[in-house]
Amino acid sequence: MDALLAQARMELTLTLRRAEGVLITMIVPIVLLIFFASIGLKPEGYERPIDFLLPGMLALAVMSSGLVSLSIRTAYERSYGVLKRLGSTPLSRPTLIGAKVLATVLIQLVEIVLLIGIASVGYGWRPSGSLAGALLALVLGTVVFAGLGLLMAGALRAETTLALANALYLLFLLLGGIVWPVERLPGLLSLPARLLPSSAFADALRQTLGAQPALPWLDLLILAGWSVLAIVLASRTFRWE
Amino acid sequence: MASAAAEAIRVEHLVKAYGGKRVVDDLSFSVRRGEIFALLGPNGAGKTTTVEILEGYRQPDGGTVQVLGLDPRRDAAELKQRIGVMLQNGGIYPTVTPIELLRLFRHFYRDPEDPEAMLDLVGLRDSARVRYRQLSGGQQRRLALAAALMGKPELLFLDEPTTAMDPQARHLTWNIIRGLRERGLTVLLTTHFMEEAERLADRVAIIDHGRLIALEEPQVLTQANGEEVQFSAPPGLDCATLAALPSAQSAREPRPGCYVIATARPADLLVELTTWARDHGVLLNELRVGHESLEDVFLRLTGHELRE
Repeated sequence: MDALLAQARMELTLTLRRAEGVLITMIVPIVLLIFFASIGLKPEGYERPIDFLLPGMLALAVMSSGLVSLSIRTAYERSYGVLKRLGSTPLSRPTLIGAKVLATVLIQLVEIVLLIGIASVGYGWRPSGSLAGALLALVLGTVVFAGLGLLMAGALRAETTLALANALYLLFLLLGGIVWPVERLPGLLSLPARLLPSSAFADALRQTLGAQPALPWLDLLILAGWSVLAIVLASRTFRWE
Repeated sequence: MASAAAEAIRVEHLVKAYGGKRVVDDLSFSVRRGEIFALLGPNGAGKTTTVEILEGYRQPDGGTVQVLGLDPRRDAAELKQRIGVMLQNGGIYPTVTPIELLRLFRHFYRDPEDPEAMLDLVGLRDSARVRYRQLSGGQQRRLALAAALMGKPELLFLDEPTTAMDPQARHLTWNIIRGLRERGLTVLLTTHFMEEAERLADRVAIIDHGRLIALEEPQVLTQANGEEVQFSAPPGLDCATLAALPSAQSAREPRPGCYVIATARPADLLVELTTWARDHGVLLNELRVGHESLEDVFLRLTGHELRE
């Protein structure tokens, strides 16, 4: 327990020291929220822009902390031999992974509080819907994107992970239901886009946080599928050196 | 057979192959508790692979190893509390500071060292809050050494501990390692520096192509062939003539213009050599009597020079 907390604290410290990581994880979702809420971006079927935007930006924050920040940091730690070095200390590998996930979740919590605060104070958003459902979606989303991040970090070169993480981030942001609903994408794109983890994640948050909450079974199923896929592949392919 | 308690490491008929090529080939040796033991050999000799098997990173393909009486893979959790490891390359977060790293490591061990004391020991007190990547190469290696000591290990693995150090930092590090021996630590180090093995180690194992070539105290290794008289002169002197001097055992010209004559009676040989040189009008430069250097031993045993 002592080792877990010390390691998580180190993970957190080092994450905050990477300026570009902080930018993409912490600042981009906030800037996008304020920007789109201010110009009034609002797909049909939503009463106010913030009702559509906030769940998307919550999804983006969770996604970027796992898929981008965690993956790039872990990939470079692997290439610098840090993971190997830690392997000869009594710190166990499950504890190391646990510390990484814990640090990621803490960063997500700060980001979620900031986003909800801005949405409430600036745009009159009020909590409604099913908090339990939203929490379930957030947990699953965290697992999916942390899993995908660790999958890349443990199997690919650090430079490749860096490029791929950013490419996926952009893909999910634009086509994955974060800033625009997938059902309003051109027909050819909307079906595959619907299966992306980000689409399921953002949609699950929108449904559970909506005025008439419904448990989004299909979304949760898609997320669960991606979780299993990411964890199984990551645990089979992860190389510590 | 020595008792297990007196041995920190036992390696028997160790084999490790990569892609069909044996990088460790039937290697056997044991390290006594409390000694500094050096694995000496050129790059690619199998030193790092051997050490990484002992540290539990790799599975041997054949043979057995015991570290502190334990199996490095099966008893990994227990062993990791009792060993300290310094890898050949870094292994430290680029943006961490020395004090942060040591404070983190303190939480990993049952009975840890004091981080501040370790900083003092390796001379990094003034750089305690400088990020790792801003430290000099020598400072980075010394931080790695301090981190390896955080668990009060009984056995320390040092893989090329003074690479990238300037001579001053190297001597400082040697002094630290000697000090550790005073505290009863066992040290297994790999090196391709002759001087390091000669000045630091209680015993030296010379390894080449994954095989053990020799294992002795450094003084024994270098004195095995007795004394030598070395000198410089114009290249192309007849070595047979030199070897025919009454007190000479053999003569060779390892580099053009550099001559080495082996002898059991160096004082007599000096008289004979200088007389011969005067009679033949040969000017002798840099004439000296000495032991065979470890470098010469390596050349003699392996047939090739030790290159960095």
